Amino acid sequence: MIDGLLIGSIYGLAAMGLSLIWGVMNVINLTHGATIALGMFGIYLLYTATGASPYLLLLPVIGGGLILGIVVYWVAIHWVIGRPMLMSLLSTFAINMMIIGTGTAVWSTSPYNVNFNLPGVTVGKYTFTGNHIAAASAAVVIAWALQLFLYHTRPGKAIRAVADNREAAELMGISSTAVLAIAFGIGIALAAASGALVSTLFPFTILSGAVYQLKSFVVTVLAGLGKPFGALVAGVLLGLLEGVVTPFIAVSWIPLIEFGLFVVVLVAFPRGIFGRITA
Amino acid sequence: MTPLLEVRNVNKRFGGLLAVSDVSFILNKGEILGLIGPNGAGKTTLFNVVNGVHRCDAGAIALNGRDITGMSPDKVVRLGLARTHQIVQPLNNMSVLENVTVGACFGRERLGLKAARAVAREVLEQVGMDSRANTPARFLTLAGKKRLEVARALAANPTLLLLDEVLAGLNPTEIAQMIELVRSIRDRGIAVFMIEHLMQAVMNLSDRIVVLNFGQKLAEGRPAEVANDPMVIQAYLGDPDIVEKLKDRN
Amino acid sequence: MILRRPFFWLILIFAAAFIYFPVHSHDVPLREDLVLVAIAIILASNLNLMIGYTGYVNFGHIVFYGLGGYIGLYLVSVRGWNLVLAALTAGLAVSLCALVFGLGILRLRGAYFALATIGVLEAVKAFVANFNPWGRSTGMYLSFEAYQTLGGAMRALWIDYYLIVGVMALSLILSLSIKISKFGLGLFAIRENEDAATVLGVNTTVYKAIIYSLSAFLPAVAGALVFYKNAMIDPFVAFEFMLSLEGIVMLMLGGQGSVTGAALGAAMYERLRSTLLTSPKLSDFHLVIAGGLLLIVVLFAPGGLIGWLYRLVPRSREVIE
Repeated sequence: MIDGLLIGSIYGLAAMGLSLIWGVMNVINLTHGATIALGMFGIYLLYTATGASPYLLLLPVIGGGLILGIVVYWVAIHWVIGRPMLMSLLSTFAINMMIIGTGTAVWSTSPYNVNFNLPGVTVGKYTFTGNHIAAASAAVVIAWALQLFLYHTRPGKAIRAVADNREAAELMGISSTAVLAIAFGIGIALAAASGALVSTLFPFTILSGAVYQLKSFVVTVLAGLGKPFGALVAGVLLGLLEGVVTPFIAVSWIPLIEFGLFVVVLVAFPRGIFGRITA
Repeated sequence: MTPLLEVRNVNKRFGGLLAVSDVSFILNKGEILGLIGPNGAGKTTLFNVVNGVHRCDAGAIALNGRDITGMSPDKVVRLGLARTHQIVQPLNNMSVLENVTVGACFGRERLGLKAARAVAREVLEQVGMDSRANTPARFLTLAGKKRLEVARALAANPTLLLLDEVLAGLNPTEIAQMIELVRSIRDRGIAVFMIEHLMQAVMNLSDRIVVLNFGQKLAEGRPAEVANDPMVIQAYLGDPDIVEKLKDRN
Repeated sequence: MILRRPFFWLILIFAAAFIYFPVHSHDVPLREDLVLVAIAIILASNLNLMIGYTGYVNFGHIVFYGLGGYIGLYLVSVRGWNLVLAALTAGLAVSLCALVFGLGILRLRGAYFALATIGVLEAVKAFVANFNPWGRSTGMYLSFEAYQTLGGAMRALWIDYYLIVGVMALSLILSLSIKISKFGLGLFAIRENEDAATVLGVNTTVYKAIIYSLSAFLPAVAGALVFYKNAMIDPFVAFEFMLSLEGIVMLMLGGQGSVTGAALGAAMYERLRSTLLTSPKLSDFHLVIAGGLLLIVVLFAPGGLIGWLYRLVPRSREVIE
């Protein structure tokens, strides 16, 4: 169950990226899964090249994610911002296809592994793998850093301003294009970071991101979009739910429960479980 | 004689804001009833409640004696109440003719496609847009779009037409043309309930006027009466001699 | 009145060509190529009813196809039903489910609706993967006798092919007839501005539910027919999310909202996919090329091929549906 909590924090981290982008520019980022997978491979490549601790390598992966995000923004998002949402769904999906396609060509579909193991912690009769604890801690640290950034720095405030009301923000002299590009970059960086953390826990392929993308959708909808920290909490809850349910129900039922919940929440709670309906 | 539209003690609340508060009035067949009031007075909300876009929290609305409280907009149209919007809502990628055909197809008569197109052409001629029948709606000027809204509503063959600030954003020539159109609509026996800010137009066009402020009805009566009502003057008009001045200018 | 439209006869000729050429030369590989195109056209043109006509993006469209496949295979293989009856029943059953589900999720707009359709797809896939009578995650195999009732495997597969082409023709005819009908006009109004459509008298709740349910029928029938041909089904091939998305790509490529666009986009994309997948060097790049193509279309030609044609030759709007 604690494992569920720990995994949940990674779900939350992944969902934060999705939720941020959605909230700031009303774009559902369908490259989310692919960039999570890229994060996994990023760590793999850097780790095999340098042997440094993956947790340290998080930093270059996040940096890479940021840059990738800005590039993707310019190629696929910038031109379709004003247009109906289907367009951004499709353009991000197109990029997703290209990343997955290239990834499959380069890395094939055989599983990869990052062999780095931290010693576990034993409390009473429960043992928690060190990797899980480290991953969860990293997720929380990153989330906290994001909080600091959004609420205590100028660029962060600019992002929140644009999310709130783009025209008004522009009137205040904020370059919304720059802000959107950076916000997108941060969203991708978060996704890459979550992938990086996952790489230390499970074997992965270029297709592994898809599962996390779906979970991110569920989490984002549960939390209500545009609320990155709600997403973190909701992610943890989802992880908890999975952890609690697994001993009792066969694993194969879990997707049904998650997606059933997903559809129900979408229809019944349009602003997410944490959202308030303001008329 | 049953009034065409009867609104009784209607309330509409949005969260903490009481947008429409205990409003009652009637509208008679064939008359032009003006609805005026400062911005935020609840005029469009009142329209939305009457035509079913919002459910009122209390009160009743009757069209031709028939209770339409809480009825959805598509049913209300079928009973003969059509409406235009303050911010025009053209069906952008469809032509002017197709726009008006939609109005004819789903209005009071529920016509088939061919009959609806014929009605649409007629209506376009009546409003003077037949030359632009095949233009995609998004290429029209604002005046054109407003005229299209009116044509579309007329195609539904209503007995009552709700016009929401149909003159806003038009230049003086266009305003004069639109006023003519509204008069011709009434002359054909269709009652008009219109929200307007242009005092001159409202005072001249309307047979009677309802004044709203902060969601409450301030006054109801003939233009001259309303304009001389001290509460209305205090809240809204500012100038006790406004009716005279407007008449002179006309 | 549809009989007076030249386009209607074009559809019939098109379908006839699908039957004539492989039969005439008794060319099974050609038939197999064409059946893939036919399936793509069925999926794309029915998806077009939701996306192109009504403006509701259905990301989980393939769920109808997969469910139809399961119901069809089950009825034929386990219950010994006649193929046509099984396929029709599958179609009806799935449409009914779509109607029920639709009334729930069609309250959502835009992206929320799109996400809900993904949720429905994944939930159904997860359910089927746990459903004992349908073989859970291993799926089902077609019983050997199933082909015998139609005179042996070879003959059965030809009959199945004719039926699939028939469904393709029906899909195109359905698209055409809706487009020129009052119902279609109401759908277009919903697409352009749903709130305005309501105020104009369109019962949007009913219309959306009907078109969602209609858009499920023929893909479900096709699913039953296709998986009969494949002789097996499992949750992963039945409910492949990628296929759903490819349907959308086909529509974007050809031009959503037009009957020809859906068919053209489907045919083009299907040929592209087949060519890439069978070429040893390019097969890995199928996704990359398809993605690149989609990106170009979205950025530069969102109306697709037909949209581009309409802009180039405005008169073509009246001739090409």
